[in-house]
Amino acid sequence: MDVLIYLIPAALLLGGLGLAAFLWSLRSGQFDDLDGAAQRILFDDEGPAGR
Amino acid sequence: MALAELEAPLLAPPCCLPVLAAGDLAAEAAALAAAAGPLVETLPDGRCRLSLVVETLDCAACLPEIEGAVRRAANGAEARVNLTTRRLMLGWRPQDVALEALLQPLLALGHRLAPFDPATRDRALEQERRCLVRSLAVAGFAAGNVMLLSVSIWSGLGDDMGTATRGLLHWVSALIALPAVAYAGRPFFRSALAALKAGRLNMDVPISLAVILSAGMSLFETIRDGEAAYFDASVTLLFFLLIGRLLDQLMRGRARSAAENLLALQVASALVVLPDGRRQRRAAAELAAGDLVLVAAGERLPADGRVASGSSELDVSMVTGESLPVAVRPGSPVNAGTLNLTGELRIRVSKAGGRTLLAEMLRLVEAAEQGRARYVRLADRVARLYAPAVHLLALGAFVLALAQGLAWQVALMNAIAVLIVTCPCALGLAVPAVQVAAVSRLWRRGILVKSADALERLSEVRRVVFDKTGTLTLGRPRLLGAEAIAPADLTLAARLAAGSRHPLAQALAAAAGPVPLLDRPLSEIPGYGLVARLPAGEVRLGSARHVGLAEDGADAAPALWLRRPDGSLCRFAFVDAPRTDAAETIARLRRAGLEVELLSGDRASVAAHTAAALGIARWRAPCLPQEKLRHLQALAAAGERVLMVGDGLNDAPALAAASVSLSPAAGSDLTQSAADLVFQGEALAPVAEAVAVARKARRLVLQNFALAIGYNVVAVPLAMAGLITPLWAALFMSLSSLAVTGNALRAARG
Repeated sequence: MDVLIYLIPAALLLGGLGLAAFLWSLRSGQFDDLDGAAQRILFDDEGPAGR
Repeated sequence: MALAELEAPLLAPPCCLPVLAAGDLAAEAAALAAAAGPLVETLPDGRCRLSLVVETLDCAACLPEIEGAVRRAANGAEARVNLTTRRLMLGWRPQDVALEALLQPLLALGHRLAPFDPATRDRALEQERRCLVRSLAVAGFAAGNVMLLSVSIWSGLGDDMGTATRGLLHWVSALIALPAVAYAGRPFFRSALAALKAGRLNMDVPISLAVILSAGMSLFETIRDGEAAYFDASVTLLFFLLIGRLLDQLMRGRARSAAENLLALQVASALVVLPDGRRQRRAAAELAAGDLVLVAAGERLPADGRVASGSSELDVSMVTGESLPVAVRPGSPVNAGTLNLTGELRIRVSKAGGRTLLAEMLRLVEAAEQGRARYVRLADRVARLYAPAVHLLALGAFVLALAQGLAWQVALMNAIAVLIVTCPCALGLAVPAVQVAAVSRLWRRGILVKSADALERLSEVRRVVFDKTGTLTLGRPRLLGAEAIAPADLTLAARLAAGSRHPLAQALAAAAGPVPLLDRPLSEIPGYGLVARLPAGEVRLGSARHVGLAEDGADAAPALWLRRPDGSLCRFAFVDAPRTDAAETIARLRRAGLEVELLSGDRASVAAHTAAALGIARWRAPCLPQEKLRHLQALAAAGERVLMVGDGLNDAPALAAASVSLSPAAGSDLTQSAADLVFQGEALAPVAEAVAVARKARRLVLQNFALAIGYNVVAVPLAMAGLITPLWAALFMSLSSLAVTGNALRAARG
């Protein structure tokens, strides 16, 4: 059962990373427009600097 | 009033049609920029920001189109379109570019824009949503990890897992679960505390109690190296409940933001004539008494006042319910919200701000809302019975165990096990899951549900009161008996009528179909009618006086007269046509066991005719807004639950006094904010649809309560006997939640 000593922290760390990533994406407004985000992938990017 | 430009802006707007002539663009952009002026935010770095509602935003192809157009208009300008809320966020540097220059290319693309005031947005609702999403994320993370550990414990219990290993796994679970409960449980704890402070019980009280007790007892067990820890139960419970609450909240937020957009599109601006003759576009709210306002034909009046010069006809149906246009001449008093039909008017503003007819209606609405009894939601009514019952059962389990001679620790464990298995997980999901399914179904049919308990109130309705103009009818006249009119007369009249904005003339032109345009100059005499000189002689189309007859009686149906070149006359009668499915919808409501009534501000003869045509036995007309309000209040006092459907300013107080209310999306903005539900489109069927869905939702909610209680009937005796283990608790909880959610999804179908 010694394997638990590092498996449990590893599992928690990975889960925690996912949680942190989600909270970050939420804070940076990536969930504000779910319909638009689904469509934007279909368009060529027309950035201010051009392509 | 059903204005074509306000119809169904959310569901089926025409996709990006270029509509404006190039010459108007600059003026339009300038007017829009002036109206948006006060709403522009200046950021600390000197950039400006403005939020706009894009009514015509429908297809996703508009996204790059709009954003690209803004970027090309000015270096450093940015635009971000939100397809979900149909809003556009503009950012620019004022020293680089004027707002007009950014708006003009968007108008050129054919978009209809309206500045959006972020202050009107419901910030509290948005903050609540963010808090719920974060709580859900934390609860989900904790539930997954704790469940993983719990499965190891359960599978090790029977076998060879040592107490040290089990203790370690319990401690790790506690380390994850306790902070998660403290963080993710806040929405429930807050609401439970508020209810307790007010001396009430709601569903969040037993939820909070179950979560806190199960976490606390599990910690106690962990400390004394016991076997039974319920950490998984307490975090999965939170996870399930947060899903239900978030769905509920998202649906409400979506309806709310759609309603906000509708209102932003109706904000009026006014063209003020300054004393030195210059003209200035100003927001209607900034008008002061004494201002001179110019109102072109086809515009809505921005304020109450008197006509200073010009004569015209006004469509007052939105304000009083009267379907016939009213002629005005210099000196006539006029009201804000009426539509100027034929001639240009200059209005001297007499009342502004808090003293307009609108403000008076607003006061009536507020008074009516205060008088409305606070509705207690079904879930809270259940909680009132449920919470004491659960607490008594837990006490019973404690006493029973003591009576059997068990130690007090064991007795306490049994009591807490009762609290955990009766945890209102299924009950907490029963209502929101059904409501979300029902509200999203209504949403797809173009019905916005604005308040949370509107569906519940709607399901209890026994009587429907309709307004006439704009609600049962479209508020647009239609030619009567077109087949009895000689085609030559109809064509001649339509050729004249095609040149006018008067609603009767437009109805006539529509009835005749495409006709060759008049090649002669046509003149319109405001308040009278049209004159054209044809080779054969003079032709007139208009009111009775216009063709040389005495005034019609006050009760006559709206009519136009045509005087042919030879001087003979022809009469065209019109009727404000009911919505095409009105009779059918009323029959459907009747079959559903509802009494239908008509309250109209229009003349008695017109109301009687409409009532007879639609099969409504009870009607009352003409009604002042106060009379409508009193009638609704009398019904409420008699214990009747009434659904009020209305669109006009004059209906708003009655809408607020009814136990639940519906308004067409084309109605006045006050009406829409007073109503609980808003429906879009030209059909009346949404009224019957909303009632049917509300009733179905109520049935499903009751079924869900029955399911949840049935589960308790099985689980509680086991818990009282001390037979419930953490494994059983987790299993029971998930099964009951799944059953309830599955049942709730049926509300979205059929």
